[in-house]
Formats: sequence, C-alpha cells, structure tokens
Amino acid sequence: MPLGFLAVFFVWPVVAILRLGLGEGGVLTVLASPETWRLVAFTVGQAAASTAVALVAGLPVAFLLARTSLPGLGFVRVVILVPFVLPTVVVGLAFRTLLPDGGAFAIVLANSFFNVAVVARTVAGLWSHLDRRAPDAARSLGASPLRAFTSVTLPALAPAIGSAAAVVFLFCATSFGVVLILGGSRLRTLETEIYLRTVELLDLSGAAALSLLQLAAVVAALSVGAVARRRRESALRLRAPASVARRPSGGEWVVVGVALAVVGSLMLPIVVLVSRSLAGGLAGYRALGSTGYAGSLQVSGVDAALNSVRAATDATFLAVTLGALASVVLVSLSRSRVRRGFVETMDTALMLPLGVSAVTVGFGYLITLNLLPGDLRTSPVLVPLAQALVVTPLVIRLLLPVLRSIDSRLRQAAASLGASPLRVWREVDVPLAGRSLLTAIAFGYVVALGEFGATSFLARPDTATLPVAIARLLSRPGELNNQMAYAACTLLILVTIAAVAIVESVRVPGRAAVGEF
Amino acid sequence: MRKVPVVLAAALAVSLAGCTLTEGDSDTGSGGKKVVLVTHDSWAAPKDLLDEFKNDTGITIDVRKVGDAGALTNQLVLTKDDPIGDIAFGVDNTFASRALEENVFAAYRSPDADKGAQRYQVDDSGRLTAIDTGDVCLNIDPAAFAAKRVPEPKTYADLTKTEYRDMLVVEDPATSSPGLAFLLGTIASLGEDGWREYWVALKGVGMKVVSGWEEAYTQDFSGSSGQGDRPIVVSYASSPAAEVGKDGKPATKALLDTCFRQVEYAGVLNGAKDPDSARKVLDFLLSEKFQAAVPESMYVYPARSGVELPKAWQQAAPQPKSSATLPPADIQQNRERWIDEWRGLVQG
Repeated sequence: MPLGFLAVFFVWPVVAILRLGLGEGGVLTVLASPETWRLVAFTVGQAAASTAVALVAGLPVAFLLARTSLPGLGFVRVVILVPFVLPTVVVGLAFRTLLPDGGAFAIVLANSFFNVAVVARTVAGLWSHLDRRAPDAARSLGASPLRAFTSVTLPALAPAIGSAAAVVFLFCATSFGVVLILGGSRLRTLETEIYLRTVELLDLSGAAALSLLQLAAVVAALSVGAVARRRRESALRLRAPASVARRPSGGEWVVVGVALAVVGSLMLPIVVLVSRSLAGGLAGYRALGSTGYAGSLQVSGVDAALNSVRAATDATFLAVTLGALASVVLVSLSRSRVRRGFVETMDTALMLPLGVSAVTVGFGYLITLNLLPGDLRTSPVLVPLAQALVVTPLVIRLLLPVLRSIDSRLRQAAASLGASPLRVWREVDVPLAGRSLLTAIAFGYVVALGEFGATSFLARPDTATLPVAIARLLSRPGELNNQMAYAACTLLILVTIAAVAIVESVRVPGRAAVGEF
Repeated sequence: MRKVPVVLAAALAVSLAGCTLTEGDSDTGSGGKKVVLVTHDSWAAPKDLLDEFKNDTGITIDVRKVGDAGALTNQLVLTKDDPIGDIAFGVDNTFASRALEENVFAAYRSPDADKGAQRYQVDDSGRLTAIDTGDVCLNIDPAAFAAKRVPEPKTYADLTKTEYRDMLVVEDPATSSPGLAFLLGTIASLGEDGWREYWVALKGVGMKVVSGWEEAYTQDFSGSSGQGDRPIVVSYASSPAAEVGKDGKPATKALLDTCFRQVEYAGVLNGAKDPDSARKVLDFLLSEKFQAAVPESMYVYPARSGVELPKAWQQAAPQPKSSATLPPADIQQNRERWIDEWRGLVQG
C-alpha cells in the first residue's frame, strides 16, 4: 500500500512530466551548458555546507537533550522545532534583517536554521539509549573526554548522524524560498531554476533535464545515508535503559554552553519577527480578529489559525498512518525472508519525495490525476496527500529503527503463548515503538502546520491557513497588513509550541525514544 | 495485484481527509450550479457580492488559486485537454499570447465588453476579456527627499543622476512580476536600443536588485512598514492608497511617468463543463458592482469606463493617464531573451 501510494502520487506524476519534457528534445543542450553545471555545483555545495553547519550546531544540542538532566530541557525540546513551521518567506526576510548582505553565507545559515532540530532530535534519540559505561570505561582507561567521544561515542552515533545528514541534505538541496530571497537572482540552485523554467517559462525540457540531475544528486546522497544506516544494526544492540542523563560535569559544561548558544541563536530570527510584529504596538495583534487592512483576507487571523489546526490534524493523521503502515511493511519484509536489497531499495524509494522538486510533482499531478476517478487535481484532499509524501519518510526514519531493534525472541514468546500476529503487534511492537510514534506525530504536525506550497495552491480563500494568510498579508502594501502578518507568525509559533507540547506530554510509561531520521 | 491497494489507499485517503478539509465545500452542494474559477493568488472579491450573484443566478463560484499569473497560464496550457475549471481570471498581457496560441480559451463576447474593456483587447475573436488594469510604477518616499533636500525624481532619466545614488531598489524580472513589468516599461519607453544602456547606468548609480516585491517594498523601501534605506522602489500606481496615514494623506507617491500597464483578462475555458454558467460569471466580473470593488479588493483599476474609484484612491492613487505598454505577442516572443540579456547586463 505505501508503494502503491508512492506509485500513484509520486512516481507516476513525476515520470509523466519528465516524459513530456524529454519528448520536446533539447535536454542535451541544457546538460552541455556550463551554466547548468555551475547550478549543480552551487546546489550541492550549499546543501553540503548547510548540512555540515546543521550537524555541528545540532550535535551539542543532541548531547544536551540526551545526556544531561537540567531543568527546562522539555522547553528546549519543543522550541527547537519552531523553525520547522515558519514560512520560508518570513525566515528569509528575518535573515535579511540580520545579515543585510545576504549571499551564500546567509543561505547556508538559514538552511541550517531550519534543520538543526532534525539533527538534534534524531541523534538525541539514539544517544539517550547508548550505554554510558562504554565511554566511562574508556575514560577510566586514561582516554581524554575528547578521545572517549571520538573513539567510542561518535562511531556508535554514526548511523543516526548519517541518517540525519541525509535528510538534512535533501531538505537543503531542495530548499526554495530562502534561496530565492537571500540569493537574490545571482545565487541560483537546481530547485529555483526548475521552478522558474516550469512555472514561468513553461520550458519543460529544460526543467526535465535539471530534474534528472537533481534526482541523480539525491540518489547519490541517499546511498551515502543508506551505507551509514547499514552500519547501525550492531549499534542498536547497545541499547540500555534510559537512565543515561545526569548533571553535566567539568568539560561537559562547555558543550552545554555551546548547545545553549545554538538554541539562543535559533531564537534570534524568531525574536526579529516577534519584535517586528510589535513595531506598531499591538495593532497587528488587534487586527488578527479582523480580515486585515481593506479586507486583505477573506477570513480573520483567528479563523486562519483554526483552519490551520484542522487541516494539520487531518494531514498528520493521514500522513502518520501511511508512514506507520510503510514502516510496518518494511519491517515485516525484513523479518520475513525477502532479500535485503529489495527492502533497502524500497526504503530509499520512500525517501525520494524529499529530494524531488515540489513543482515537478505538482505539475505532474496536473497531467495525471485527472485520469483517476474524482479528478483530485484541484481537490483539497490533495493537501494531506502531498504532505504525506513529506511526512512519510520522516515517520519511517523514526519508527523503523525501533521496530527493527525489537528482540525477535520477545515476539516469538508472545506467539508461542498463543497470541495472534495482530495481538503480537499490539502487545509487543506498539508499546515499544509508542514513544517514537509520538515524536513522529509531533514532526508530522509541525510539517503540516507549516506547509505552504500545496496548501496555497489548493486551499480556498475561505479556508486559508495561517501560512497562506501570512503570505497574502505580506504581498500587499499597507503598514497594518505587515504588522498583522508578523503577528500571525507569532500566533503560528504559539500554536506550534502548544501542539508539540501536547503531543510530547503524552508519556509512554517506562519507554524512551529511539529515533533517527 | 498492486492496483487493489492503490484504490484502497485513494479511498482511505478521500474518506479520511473528507472529514474536515472539505467542509468549506458543503454549502456548494445544495443543488445549484457550480462554476470553477481558476485564478492567481492575488484574487480577492467581497463575499457579499459573490453571495448576491449566487442568489440571483443560482451559480456558486468555486475559486481555485494556482500561483501567480505565469503559473496560472502554464497550468491552463498543460491542462487544456481536460481543464481544471470552467473560467479563468488573471492571465495578463505578458502571458496572454501564450494562452491564445495554445487555444486555452473559447470565444465569448460579453454584452458589457464594449463598455471600456475593449480598450485593452488582445484578440479579435473575443477569447479574452479585460477585467482590470494594474500599473507598475516607481514609488517614492517624499519625506526622505525632503529630509535630504534633494528634489523628487520624476522620469526614468532622472534615476541615473548621481544625486539618486543608492536610492533605488528593483525586483528581478526573472522572479517577480512587477520586476518584469518595470523592465518592459523601460523597453517600451526607451526602445530596443536605449534600454540596455539605461540599465547599465542604473547599475552604475547603485541600484539594488532583489528577488521579490515583498523584500523590496516591505523591507528595503523607506516609505512603508519596513522603513528601509531606499526611498525609490518598483511597485504599483495603487500602492500609495494603502499608505494613507492618520492625517488622511498618503505617505508615498507613484511616479506616473514611469508606469507600465498590466492588463488582467478573463476567459471561458475550452472544454468547460458548463459554458453557459461560466459566461454568466464573466458577465458578473464585468458588471458595474464587481468593477467598482476591484480597486479595494485587488489593488487594480477597473477595465470598465465610468466606474468611480474609491475616495482615498482619487487622491492617493489616481490611474496613470499614459502608461507604457507592449504588444503581448512581442512580450511572448522576447521575454526570455530580454531577461537573459538583463541578467547579463545587471549581474554580469
């Protein structure tokens, strides 16, 4: 079923639009142009640099979350997810305020701003399960803290780091809004160029050529991630009870300091936009109850928030269901005697939607989905379906390792005691994976709340969500509209924090999360 | 074998998502006719007008926004064999030619089409009907010029003077629709020979280029919310109407000699499911009531003549009398080349 979903809502549209483009010819001209290869180089370069920055910034935060017990960590855990939900146009404008000269440096920082949480939460998921005794033993044998980290902890974390890096790389390689705003028109990536050629120029052959290059780069990145994941099987046996958090000591305070500095700088762009919302006093907030200056919106800001919550709930439900099903299928396949290569190929295939341009998929929908009953092309139903494409890979990356790590003897014991296969799942797998499922739901919710692309295409004016309303307000003149846009951003942040906090507050007793992306 | 799960997935998806997302549609299913209006993101219309239209005709207008004018046109072209709606609004004069060549629209001449809209006619067979015009012009922040004791610029040529160094911010024509309109305005006014030199001169006096209107107007421009450091920006003739202060006076001003006219058209789509109702919607878009509402809802000027502008507009945002324009076929033929050349000149 996940494969069927992928086939209908991803492979078919993408192949159809690529075929249309390739049929026009001219692909070789694009591939032969040095300009094209400059695009490839800049795309890969900025994505690699952004990934590196996100890793360097995310690892101390992961340490903070996984290995220390300090007050307020719950808040840090929630608040680092906020960047994920912010509309890229708003983040782009905030970074322009902070770094007026923009350029590649600003793009890299903005991209990593969005993705620090992915690294931190993914690595922390695994780190909080690593046995503390291994690095402690290394220390007592005379290794320096750094040595103990690099030769004991880091190799054990490598799978989670590799996995997080692959996802972050995909997000950064296909990031659109911040590149457009911060790169001006000088710095362009495959993604922005595919968008321009498809949406503005209708140069489908050029777009197809670039899409193929993008696909190649993505598959390469995923293969690197898969290699890192393969090494993890042994790592997971290190699982230990989660009592690994303690008060930091000595040099660890330095790491904690760095982590807090990272969290602080994540807050900086957020502070910029909150202060912008207060530029005209509370006028922007008062306006949230209305429809903006001269009726810029057809719904009030408050209604837009309610629309957001409703739409995100639907989308999360659908996406997490699909993602969980996909994980179950994958893990059942690997438990049965299916060839391992097949399982891994399928795993990688389910990640692909993160690395392919949304506009390629969207235009593909236009020429394919009318052939399905009900013509989904302009149906609001497409919104959660499109979001499911993004959330499913995240859910899989979070759930799969836990499901895989469950001791098969536990399941066999249950079965031999007479439990039906369904009962085994309910009694063994679901409780063990529950915590990761919650994390997946939190991420899914954040993605859905912040979703803009598909929603802006498909949402009716009277069902506009907050990100759509923010974009609309920002695109109109008038001071009040602008203040209201930033006030709506603040509202979006608050809604996000509340939603994530609620999801995270559900505790699965006695279990802690193992997760990766 | 794989087909069954696919159908299941689709069915499941539809039933799941049906619960709240489609709620907004519930009032359209009450037996009346429905016309799907495909349009761009800037579409807006007063709800009471739409309700009134529904009461009078029994037709519900179901609005689908699909991106900017370019995205709209290209999606219509891609789906022309099985259109995603019955009527489209928002294809402008920079994209009209592509839509006409590809036969996206069916001929229909509304009874009201000769009450002013004919002034912007692009097609003899009446496949596209002008609904509104928007003028892209330079906007200035008069207070900044008063403070600097520099006279306000008036024309294209003024901007290349050194006294206006580092004052102008424009949008990239490749990524921004007002950016493209401004480039086209310079081409229309200065000719194929003059525009290149002009842009090199602008670059020489420190013109700043950004990707989108949002950055230019709400951040870099000194006259609006962002209070940036550039007092000249490419925006619309209508923008000052949104900057009227508490004293009732606009804080910004459009330079009416630097305008390029964008005309937005509507047309009934070839292959519309209910062409008769779609034609009625087009008549509605040209009706006096709707035309009187377009300034405040979409920041554009009515295409129909004799429709009075809102009071604030008459002072702050009068319609430019002599905007530059180019034939849509020329724009279609040269757009890509002009943008490429522009990139070479300004960013090379």
